[in-house]
Amino acid sequence: MDRAAIIGVGTTKIEKSKVGETFADMAWEAVNKALSDAGMTIDDIDNVVTTSSDFWDGRTISCMAVGDASGAAHKNVSCVEGDGTYGAFYGMTRSLSGSYKTTLVTGHSKGSQSVSSLITNSSFDPIYERALGMDMVTACAMQARSYMHRTKTTPEQLAGVSVKNHGNALKNPLAQLPMKITIKDVLESEMIADPLHKLDCSPVSDGCAAVIIAHESVAANFKQKPVWIKGVSFCADSFFFGDRDLSRAKALTEAAKKAYEMAGIKDPKKEIDVVELYDAFTYQELMWLEEMGLADDAMAGKLLEKGEFNMDGRLPVNASGGLLSGHPVIAAGLYSMAAVVRQIRGDAGGFQVKKAKTGLVHGVNGLGGQSHCVFILDKDK
Amino acid sequence: MTQTENIIIESGDAVQPFSYSVGMHGSKFFTELRDNRRFMAVKCPKCKKVYIPPRGVCGECFVEMKDWVEVGPQGVIGTFTILRFAFIDPETGAQKPVPYGYGFIKFDGADTLFQHYISVEDETKIKIGARVEPVFSKDRKGTIRDIEYFKVID
Ligand SMILES: [Zn+2]
Repeated sequence: MDRAAIIGVGTTKIEKSKVGETFADMAWEAVNKALSDAGMTIDDIDNVVTTSSDFWDGRTISCMAVGDASGAAHKNVSCVEGDGTYGAFYGMTRSLSGSYKTTLVTGHSKGSQSVSSLITNSSFDPIYERALGMDMVTACAMQARSYMHRTKTTPEQLAGVSVKNHGNALKNPLAQLPMKITIKDVLESEMIADPLHKLDCSPVSDGCAAVIIAHESVAANFKQKPVWIKGVSFCADSFFFGDRDLSRAKALTEAAKKAYEMAGIKDPKKEIDVVELYDAFTYQELMWLEEMGLADDAMAGKLLEKGEFNMDGRLPVNASGGLLSGHPVIAAGLYSMAAVVRQIRGDAGGFQVKKAKTGLVHGVNGLGGQSHCVFILDKDK
Repeated sequence: MTQTENIIIESGDAVQPFSYSVGMHGSKFFTELRDNRRFMAVKCPKCKKVYIPPRGVCGECFVEMKDWVEVGPQGVIGTFTILRFAFIDPETGAQKPVPYGYGFIKFDGADTLFQHYISVEDETKIKIGARVEPVFSKDRKGTIRDIEYFKVID
């Protein structure tokens, strides 16, 4: 099979409210940063994929509003509604299609412009679920309880994820919430939905990210050393929350397994050097690590306490600060991807980890991990 | 040059009214709930899994489901949360009084979980595995609110 590589990344600073910017303003900044990072001009881009959500953007065909600022004029532009990793998957397939060589993928959202709980409520079934007020936080609190019940993971271990990731964000100038906090601070923060405290939850955020994905035949023609996509897969679970075993994420296990196979990874615990994953809530980091086979079942909390997932630990997880330190929905997966690309290139700055040959990027679509996307990126082709 | 003020335009009170068809499965479910206070589920002819809420297709098997079975009305708590932050009620736009319980109920005879409110009168009784039963509304209209909440009966 032909190969594709990521040859440029650009991200805006993640902020609580970019009140002075439209969606297009954010896209303009991220796209130009990615072009400059790649050493390309817009004329070097063959086609564009934008990623957004109509509900979050408060309008239909939300993707079209960022077309001009994303350099889509006179080009084939297509849209993905979902996490940025899904946009990147589609972008990759376009670069491999034979019709295009380079694809610019963007993802944007502004959580600041709406009432988050009403937007996430609207993703639930309107006949049986929505009227009761089910939303992202409620759903994930129930999933957290289910996971903690099965694995005996403690509130202190959950809090440890928040302490680590907010601490990591101190080294990332683009993060929204760099904070030096303690486990006590997390446990004493306001209880939002048992067992989730305020500091177990990611914030409402604004931001836009862009990545450029190239076919192998042109990947080395520009400024950056290509970061190769070695494996990728996504997999979805049932639509109804109640159909799933909420303490598990079988769709993620399946997606990770396929991505490892494609990348030729036999022992992910040993072969993956750095991970950026979807930590909208603290428990998710631990749960996803186990479900991807990067920690033994029900052990992630204990390994976290030992410092294994610290920036200088055995397997650094969310060295950028993760989504707990800034969560522009939709764009999230592209931020994670940009962070891993920077790690592998060795230019992650303050949050650079020691060894970063092979990295894993994880994105989630739907609430509580309804669908998961896993990318394996590598320095070598 | 002076700094330009950042202007915001509000959407106002505009709403987008919508009529959702609930289909033949939902229609039977809500009719039985309203008229007979019964919970109707469907069973997959292939894997035998009993689904509530009922729907037309077993996603695992990709086969149509037509076999109705009554489940509950009692069950156990599958998982739950107690909301302590006042979210906005999507039906009314008002802030919901807190705390309130929200949970997934595993009805006796069902294989999937059904979500609803759980009474938090005695928080110590709310546990995964606790037995619950529904409290129905007096004035039932054929919606999910025909159940007021579930309460622990242990
Ligand atoms: Zn079946």
